[in-house]
Amino acid sequence: MDVFFWTYVWPALIMLGQSLLLLVCLLVFIAYILLADRKIWAAVQLRRGPNIVGPFGLFQSFADLLKFVFKEPIIPAGANKAVFLLAPLVSVTLALATWAVIPLNEGWAIADINVGILYIFAISSLEVYGIIMAGWASNSKYPFLGALRSAAQMVSYEVSIGFVIVAVLLCVGSLNLTDIVMSQQDGLGTKLGLPNSFLDWHWLSLFPMFVIFFISGLAETNRPPFDLPEAESELVAGYMVEYGSAPYMMLMLSEYAAILMVCSLTTILFLGGWLPPVDIAILNWVPGVIWFVLKGTMVFFMIAMVKAFVPRYRYDQLMRLGWKVFLPLSLIMLIIVAFVLKLTGWA
Amino acid sequence: MTEHNVRNFNINFGPQHPAAHGVLRLVLELDGEIVERVDPHIGLLHRGTEKLIETKTYLQAVPYFDRLDYVAPMNQEHAFALAVEKMLGLEIPIRGQLIRVLYSEIGRILSHLLNVTTQAMDVGALTPPLWGFEEREKLMVFYERACGARMHAAYFRPGGVHQDLPHELVEDIGAWCDQFPSKLDDIDDLLTGNRIFKQRNVDIGVIDINDAWARGFSGVMVRGSGAAWDLRRAQPYECYSELEFDIPIGKNGDCYDRYLIRMIEMRESCKIMKQCVNRLLGDAKTGPFSATDGKVVPPKRGEMKRSMEALIHHFKLYTEGYHVPAGEVYAAVEAPKGEFGVFLVADGTNKPYRCKIRAPGYAHLQAMDFACRGHQLADVSAVLGSFDIVFGEVDR
Repeated sequence: MDVFFWTYVWPALIMLGQSLLLLVCLLVFIAYILLADRKIWAAVQLRRGPNIVGPFGLFQSFADLLKFVFKEPIIPAGANKAVFLLAPLVSVTLALATWAVIPLNEGWAIADINVGILYIFAISSLEVYGIIMAGWASNSKYPFLGALRSAAQMVSYEVSIGFVIVAVLLCVGSLNLTDIVMSQQDGLGTKLGLPNSFLDWHWLSLFPMFVIFFISGLAETNRPPFDLPEAESELVAGYMVEYGSAPYMMLMLSEYAAILMVCSLTTILFLGGWLPPVDIAILNWVPGVIWFVLKGTMVFFMIAMVKAFVPRYRYDQLMRLGWKVFLPLSLIMLIIVAFVLKLTGWA
Repeated sequence: MTEHNVRNFNINFGPQHPAAHGVLRLVLELDGEIVERVDPHIGLLHRGTEKLIETKTYLQAVPYFDRLDYVAPMNQEHAFALAVEKMLGLEIPIRGQLIRVLYSEIGRILSHLLNVTTQAMDVGALTPPLWGFEEREKLMVFYERACGARMHAAYFRPGGVHQDLPHELVEDIGAWCDQFPSKLDDIDDLLTGNRIFKQRNVDIGVIDINDAWARGFSGVMVRGSGAAWDLRRAQPYECYSELEFDIPIGKNGDCYDRYLIRMIEMRESCKIMKQCVNRLLGDAKTGPFSATDGKVVPPKRGEMKRSMEALIHHFKLYTEGYHVPAGEVYAAVEAPKGEFGVFLVADGTNKPYRCKIRAPGYAHLQAMDFACRGHQLADVSAVLGSFDIVFGEVDR
């Protein structure tokens, strides 16, 4: 009995505790990243943004949470009730599940599995189901169109994201996320004579891939200029039209969890994860998790700024960009990377 | 293998759609994302303006015109005032004309600013409207300072304008004109060269010049297709013939050309306003701002304290109103959206027998099917945005 407890139950309890801790931190972070998104957007538009609830509107997201939770959920008469309610659950579960493998610091991953990147890729591919289910179960025309669009969009951009990830993996030689970060300790910067610095990270050596990944990330998370599934001026709110109260909140939550996921993936793949930018003692003392959060927030800032000043692509233009520009580009880059690695023997 | 009849996807675009510009209801027939048919349904904002005007005196009809194209209210009043003045044979003093031109151009900027930025919003850029509204707010304050109302001004009256402008207001408008082009530059930077914005607008909703004429288009809609047709030049009214301004024309007749023309027209309007301001502070600094015919234009308050005749005029004008000689007349102005015309039939009484309003947006909206057929769903909102539809004037 004792053996059973210490080998199975205790580790499971620890993992449960870790998961809960991560989940709480993540949700609170999402609350503030949502506020940041609105504030940044407002600043660009010469507005103030939320500033009533708490100082500088800091509690706005929590007020919104309460509002959503206490509202009456309305299920349209023609909707498929089970699927309609399952859809937000599916999206929010999947969006949060990806976080299990993210290492916030050295050894800080809940599950430091060998195929971490594949796990993320697999789970985030499933996220499209949440949207399709939501659009289909609403039994309404705008959500249906939105769901169709998002299915096509997410599939198209996953392809180029896949190639970008493969290019990174070629340089690293491992699918483990911790290894990916650690391998960025020496790279281009070391060769240029600035070891352990931000020049070592993949963003410089794989710059075109970095750009493609960032833009595809926008498309993958339905952020402007690729927010076609919920295009306001065409589909009103796309697949979310019929949703309200807590289910709507879950859809929004999963959207922002996915956006943060893209931010942290960018950080891990291209910005050296928790590594400090320069090899100086003071910076090395700063805990890695702070660097990780800082870098992720910076990427999020870029995403938020993009939202503030771009118009939206049309459906066919989006497809053209995905299949005719990004796919060939990432494929060619992948070949070049493989060649360079083979010829120089760096890998 | 049996044959199936595939039914196209019909959706209601509006009347509560964020991109439907008011209460437009478009019934769209979609084949996937391709639009097969556009069927505009109108009438949700119908108030019977034309009929109501028949039961009001000529002066009481003025406020109805504010409520047509409520984005540029004074331009509509202008057409009605011109029609009545034509019937009465009134001469407007130069200061009154300059004030009218000044406020007509403010109206044009109000309208174009709203349209250009909401066109951007229709293709997904959400920031320009808020930048544009900053400037619109200032212009509405100028409206308010002239007549006390931000929108429904009732300021242009047959015979001139209701009140004189204080010199400080004219100076402030001049100062505003100096800073406005830089604000336009900001919007230009954000949109004009933007690749996504271009992809969404270039070659979308192309209208050939012959089609434009055949469908009764006017204003930016024909200028976008390449015709240098502007009533301010083609049949000058007020003092437009004395003012210097250019008329931009497009080449391709697509949404992007119409956007560019509106951007340039705002700069031109700004030039016109500047000229008016200079004259209002220069050679026309003093003098009457409306016709002096006591039978049409109410007297000044000060005059009423001293003159019995003025008091009688005031009483008669605000109860019975003035009688307009029998006849019919058509007067049109170059409103921001196109040719806004008023056809008046007078029967010699104090009320119009018939008042037909020609709203430019009505003709433009009819072409929605023609312009959108074969385009994508997303283009419908882009085309609609570039047509500059305001429902106040379409439904009347």
